[in-house]
Amino acid sequence: MAVLPIRAKGATARRRSKVLVGPVDLTIEGAGITIVMGPNGAGKTSLLKLLHGIERLRGGHLHYGCALAEARAKQAFVFQTPVMMRRSVVENIAYPLRLAGIKRADARMRAYTWATRIGLGEAAERAALGLSGGERQKLALARALIRAPEVLFLDEPCAALDGRATREIEALLGEAVAAGTRLIMSTHDMGQARRLADEVVFLHKGRIEEATAATTFFERPASEAAQAFVRGDIVE
Amino acid sequence: MCFASKEMIYTSVLLYCAPRPCAFDQQAIFRSRRNKRDDDAMTDLWDGILRAFWLVASLDRDLVEITLRSLQVTLSALVLACLIALPLAAVLVVRRFRLRRATIAVLNALMGLPPVVVGLIVYVLLSRSGPFGVLGLLFTPTAMIIAQVVIIVPLIASIAHQSLRELWSDYHDLLISLNATPFQRITTLLWDGRRALLTAALAGFGRAIGEVGAIMVVGGNIDHATRVLTTAIALETGRGDFSLALGLGFVLIALAVAVNLCIHWLGQTERGGRW
Amino acid sequence: MKHLIYALIAGLLLATSVRADVLKLAVTTSFNNSGLADVLVPEIEKDLGIDLQLLVVGTGQALRLGAAGDVDAILVHARAAEETFIAEGHAAYRREIMYNDFIIVGPGADPAGVRGATRVEDAFRQIAAAGADFVSRGDDSGTHKKELSLWVRAGERPDAFSSWYRAVGAGMGAALNTAAALDAYILADRASWLNFGNQQGLSIVFEGDKALFNQYSYLPVSAVKHPHVQKDLAHALDAWLISAKAEELIDGYQIEGKTLFVFNAVR
Repeated sequence: MAVLPIRAKGATARRRSKVLVGPVDLTIEGAGITIVMGPNGAGKTSLLKLLHGIERLRGGHLHYGCALAEARAKQAFVFQTPVMMRRSVVENIAYPLRLAGIKRADARMRAYTWATRIGLGEAAERAALGLSGGERQKLALARALIRAPEVLFLDEPCAALDGRATREIEALLGEAVAAGTRLIMSTHDMGQARRLADEVVFLHKGRIEEATAATTFFERPASEAAQAFVRGDIVE
Repeated sequence: MCFASKEMIYTSVLLYCAPRPCAFDQQAIFRSRRNKRDDDAMTDLWDGILRAFWLVASLDRDLVEITLRSLQVTLSALVLACLIALPLAAVLVVRRFRLRRATIAVLNALMGLPPVVVGLIVYVLLSRSGPFGVLGLLFTPTAMIIAQVVIIVPLIASIAHQSLRELWSDYHDLLISLNATPFQRITTLLWDGRRALLTAALAGFGRAIGEVGAIMVVGGNIDHATRVLTTAIALETGRGDFSLALGLGFVLIALAVAVNLCIHWLGQTERGGRW
Repeated sequence: MKHLIYALIAGLLLATSVRADVLKLAVTTSFNNSGLADVLVPEIEKDLGIDLQLLVVGTGQALRLGAAGDVDAILVHARAAEETFIAEGHAAYRREIMYNDFIIVGPGADPAGVRGATRVEDAFRQIAAAGADFVSRGDDSGTHKKELSLWVRAGERPDAFSSWYRAVGAGMGAALNTAAALDAYILADRASWLNFGNQQGLSIVFEGDKALFNQYSYLPVSAVKHPHVQKDLAHALDAWLISAKAEELIDGYQIEGKTLFVFNAVR
């Protein structure tokens, strides 16, 4: 069974009495990349976590195409600040496989392949905490992709990176999509959104203002807030 | 316990075999003390250093015996305490249960537990007329190990909890996202936090090896059975032989430093020295 | 995990399980500090083929240990307490083995003039009258009980004394250390004093009164009350302690040419 489609109905995330995001109605299906956009505090991170299943649902429903446990195993998440475990690069990448019960030697071998693929083959045995920002994000991406997830969430993965690192990450994302992974990614970078998006979800004040095809969003945004956002005005 | 006097030690170094030192050389020690009764306290300190040096240099049999017993008792207690305290600390970090905060508060409070009180409680429990009397454990090294475990578990668990909590706040999102089971979360934290946990264990070792109040009560300081460095020091202080007490004290300090260095060195040689 | 823990506990128990030929004897601090133990214990272990483990504690604690059945026998010096011990059924009898004597130790300058006293009651009265610093064991030990009885004999009330009377709640050695530091008077047993290394300005200021004699007795713990005690070993030790060999060793034990103990067991 496949994780997709992911259906959210009136889904809400709350911290104490403050609504972080929702209620939202959204369906993720098909292939390609969904870009989540919106001003700071619009609830992008909360929406991604909610769909991933790690933010507690305080209202509404969330359904995957398969059972919850299976759905959790077939997804991955890349955080804005990548979590570096206090292990070597290759052990970091191998970690999800180890959790899945794969033998150490086997897991390490597959992790080595990934380390080489993201250009960290030389650094494979070095401590992950010694990596630069771009290398860390690539490591996090490799760690997320090693279990070949059906759905991958990314929370502003390139927010703190320079052009070259961003290009490398985007290339890896392209390969992942080609391999059949469905991406849901938030970003601040309008250029990146235009380069990658097949679909756009525009969030404003915790609500979905628009969820539409990328071309429609960039050329004829429906809501006032989205129009202002696409124009480059400051939206609060 | 009686230690060879300087004269005796010279002899035994020459003969390279230490005769069982007994009451006679005990008297020799006191004669040598008598001669310098008017000397000041600094002389005791200097004498203590010399005594420590000669005790070690001659591998005094009784010294070796009580030193090994100190190590045996404390290391056993340390291993047992770590087996209890480290998983406990990890559980307190990753699991949310009703009495979690209360447990942490109690552990922190128990860090300052007076050893002699622990000793008394263990004593009452292990006494022949107490609930565990049938085991016949009072005045054995096992009783001393039990008391030390009780003393250092809160200390190790508290320090470990502090450092694992930081690690958990780093790892939280990742491990939740990867849907790691509670057991996997605990083992991951314990493995990746091993450097910090080593520090916690060393703190426990330091407290246990230098502890005298509890093991005096439950061990009884029996010669050739439950006498360790700290209780021997207390005994020699009671006898007014400050220089021998100080000598043993220096041996104890050297032992603690040596064990610390050893463990740190073992930690350093591990691959990838960054964490 | 459970199995591991059980295995560890089992291992610990085995490693330290009590061997059959171990005899645990609670003795008083003063006896051990005298150094006589270092002479007697190896001989006893050799002659009886046992492992004799000494628990060095105050008389009060020795009696408690015996009453709880935590030791097999006790060697103490506090007659009244011993008789209570027997009356409560913790031991069948007491065997008088030997005696030594108490002395009053004080500062060389002797501010209370104790050296001139003829009887111990006078000496104590003079110390109280002068308000000279006095260190008391204050630990319910045999020595402490002796000291209290001497104050009563002198017609004084220790609980009414002011700050010159310092109850330190410590063993003989620690109390002597305190007295040396304070330059104070103290009641001590002769053996502990002679074996004490840190005498500083203190010296013996009063000795020899018959009231200062200090009888040591041996009490095997009742096997009726505590079936686990090493009854046979305890009785073997009893027989050894009243033997001619014990008499010879006890009477022959000297420090600086002074005899410390007088053997007086009735065979």
